[in-house]
Parts: sequence; structure tokens; C-alpha cells
Amino acid sequence: MALYDGKKIIPGLIIFLGLVSYPIWHNTVSGKTSYVPKLEIPKDKKECIEPKAYIRVNHKELLEDWRFSVVRSGVRTYQASNQKRYTMSLNRTCMECHRDRTKFCDQCHNYMGVTNKCWDCHLYPKEMEKGAK
Amino acid sequence: MFKTKRFWVSNFGFRASNLQGFKIMGLWYSVSAILLLTFLVVIGIEGMGLVSFFTIFIPYAALFLFVVGFLYRVLKWATSPVPFHIPTVSGQQRSLSWIKADNIDSPYTTGGVVKRLALDILLFRPLLKNEKVEMQAPQRLLFKPSVLLWFGAMAFHWSFLVILLRHLRFFLEPVPSTIVILQRVDSIFQGLIPVIYITDIIILVALGYLFVRRIIYPQVRYISLSSDYFVLLLILGIVLSGVLMRLIYKVDLVQVKEWAMAMLRLRPVAPKEVNLLFYIHLFFISLLVAYFPLSKLMHMPGIFLSPTRNLTNTSRNQRHINPWDYPVKTHTYEEYEEEFRDSMKEVGLPIEKG
Repeated sequence: MALYDGKKIIPGLIIFLGLVSYPIWHNTVSGKTSYVPKLEIPKDKKECIEPKAYIRVNHKELLEDWRFSVVRSGVRTYQASNQKRYTMSLNRTCMECHRDRTKFCDQCHNYMGVTNKCWDCHLYPKEMEKGAK
Repeated sequence: MFKTKRFWVSNFGFRASNLQGFKIMGLWYSVSAILLLTFLVVIGIEGMGLVSFFTIFIPYAALFLFVVGFLYRVLKWATSPVPFHIPTVSGQQRSLSWIKADNIDSPYTTGGVVKRLALDILLFRPLLKNEKVEMQAPQRLLFKPSVLLWFGAMAFHWSFLVILLRHLRFFLEPVPSTIVILQRVDSIFQGLIPVIYITDIIILVALGYLFVRRIIYPQVRYISLSSDYFVLLLILGIVLSGVLMRLIYKVDLVQVKEWAMAMLRLRPVAPKEVNLLFYIHLFFISLLVAYFPLSKLMHMPGIFLSPTRNLTNTSRNQRHINPWDYPVKTHTYEEYEEEFRDSMKEVGLPIEKG
């Protein structure tokens, strides 16, 4: 079985294999094959405003709803599913516990390559402390 | 389209509408196959709890079949000799210096071939030559350019590529900034959350057109096989499950990436907290990938290996030697005369040598 035009086809197939296996090389070179985001969870608080599973998936809709509610309707109180009431505020409610954005929000956002518009307007507490000094 | 009916009747002696009955069978086979496969994954996950089977074994097996099958098919093609230069051309061949040659439509250098292949692969130039034939007045045949297929194919393939590149964020750590920028450009019209990607909408419309086209045009329906419908429906299933996961039935993407990264470092762990749509999405992708080497999807490597597209049109100004030529056993007239000289002399046949 002779191969015709092997000089062109074999390099082509090597390029194909390189493309298919690219993620493996990329992660090996960066040394992050077994990297997982590390979230700093506040030690003094026990629960988030909603169950963890719900927050993990739906926090973006929740914040979007809050923004709409505060800016458009002027309603600033959120009643959680466990009937507790919270102020609808990123800075005063969420970041009251999760003070350092880089150790909480950014962990997963960078991991997933997500960009968001929160920080176009909001400062996070750590940033404000720096500014005060 | 219905104007063409007369054309079909007069040329083939039957009505195009007669085709509808039996040639649509392929479509029903494909629809049933897709429904059956969806049923399979729903039963497998919900009923039997085969999570590891569907998220670890099947993706690995599909990837293995894809790579091995792909290499096998291409290497098998490579064993076929291409003895003749058979490029399809639609331009002036290079001949005399004062006749302007067309190096793209009738390439005579490797550079010309590269340009032509690049235009074929990146811009689908051959589809722009698509024409539709219409019979207008009784004896008047009209050829009109038809760019709809070109447009649909471009929209589909390029969106598919962008979507594929966007998905690299699940497999690469750190996520390259190019991927993040691509995502942002793709979601440039975003107003509210959830983000809607432009390519998601384009691919749905394009797939819809490519699918409907096979059903409404009798000519295309006549040549459509169940495998044609099947691939389209499979990709449609992948896109729909993906879009639904993005917009309505959300999954925890961090869990999905942790699953993908674990698969890549060969320490697989089944994903947690994902819904049925994720399993359907993944199963359909595995099917597409495993089916790839067996199907018409092999046009992806095939376009590079088409002798009608990748050869130079130099059949006359270069000598091409048949690659399977071997020394042929010959018996010349001189040898023949030597062998039969006496007998020939006897019956009085003219002889060249003494």
C-alpha cells in the first residue's frame, strides 16, 4: 500500500492531530491541568440569601432583577425563599460577606472566561479601603 | 419555484408533486432515529442512572472513533494514485504569453491552487456559481444566479466555527483572551441577561433554511438521503439543547468545566448538578463526532484532497507520468520476424532482414 503525496498529507494529518489535542498541550504548558477555582467563603456567616445550588446557577439573573427593581421600581427589599428580607444591594448585601472580589467573584468568572458589567459602576469594599488610604 | 413545474413535466415526463410521497421516507427515518436517540439518553440517565456511561465512556469512545476513523479515511484516500491532472476549471488555461491566463480559475502554479482552495474553503466560492433553471415562456429556458444556498452555507459554517471556538473556554485553563474577546464580540447586542449570542441565532436560522430547503424544493428532495437529514437534525439537536441550556434551563458551568478538565487529564469524574439537557447535548455531540468519519461530514478533510480542486492545470505543459507504470513486457516486430523467419519465408511473406 503506497501512500501518494505523503509529503503533503502526513503534515496535514499532524496539524489535524495538533488541533484536536490542543487543549491538552495548552493546559500542560500553563500547568493548570488540575486547577479548580478557590472561593473564599466568609467564616462568620452560614448561609447565602438563597440556597447554594440556586445561587451558583442564577446569581446573574438575581442581580439583574435587583438592579431592575431598584433602578426602575424603587423597590429595595428582597424577600428570599426562606422569608428572610434583604436589602437589594451588591455592595451592602453581597459584598458585605464576599469582601474581596478577586477571591470570590473573579475566581469562577476567570475560570469560565466570563466578563460582566458589575465593576463598570460598582467598587468592591477592598478597593474602597485602598482609596481611603 | 412552482414555475419550474412545467420544466420538470416536460423534461422528465412526470409531475414533481409525485415525488413527495416516496422520496420523503428518508426524512422520517432520520426523525425517528433522532427521537429514538433522545429517548435512549433520557431513559439511560433518568431511568437507569447511567451518568458515568454517558459522560465518560461515550465521549471517550466517540473521540477515539473520530480520531482513528478520520486518520483511517484520509490515509485510505492517500493510497489511491492520482495519475491524471483532472482539475475542474472555469478560466483561461496558461498557454501563449500574450493570452491572459487565469491563475485562480485555471491554476498553473501551486500559489494559484492555494488561492483557489482558500477561496473555496473560506468563502465557498463554488456555491456562488449555483444557478437555478427556469422555464419562462414555453420554449425559453432561463438561468438565474441563486445565492441562497451559498448564503445559508456560509452562515451555518462560520457560526459553527465561532461556536466551536467559544466552547474552548470549557477546555482551556487559563482561558485565552482571544476567546473572551470573541465571546464579547459575539454578544455585542446584549442588553439583558442571559446573554444571547449572534451566532446562536444565525446558526438556527441557517440550519432551518438548510433543512427546509431539502423538503420544499422537489429537485433537492429527490436527491436527499436519510443521512442528509440525519446530520442536519443532529446538529439542530445540539444547537437547540445548547441554546435552551443558555437561556432557560441553566446548568452550573463551573461543574461542566471541572468535568471537561478532568476528562482532559484522563482522571474522569462525572459532572454534578447538570440537567438532562446537558446529557442530551453531550450525547448528540458524541454521536456527531463518532459518526463524522463514516459520513458526508468528511468533506472537511476531503476538500483538501479533491483532485479536481487541488491540482494545477498543467496537463499539457508538463509531462505527467503514470505512477503505477511498470516495465511492460514487449515483443517487437524484429523479435517476431526473428522467431518466425523460416515459416514466413516458406509461405512467401515479405521479410525486412535477409
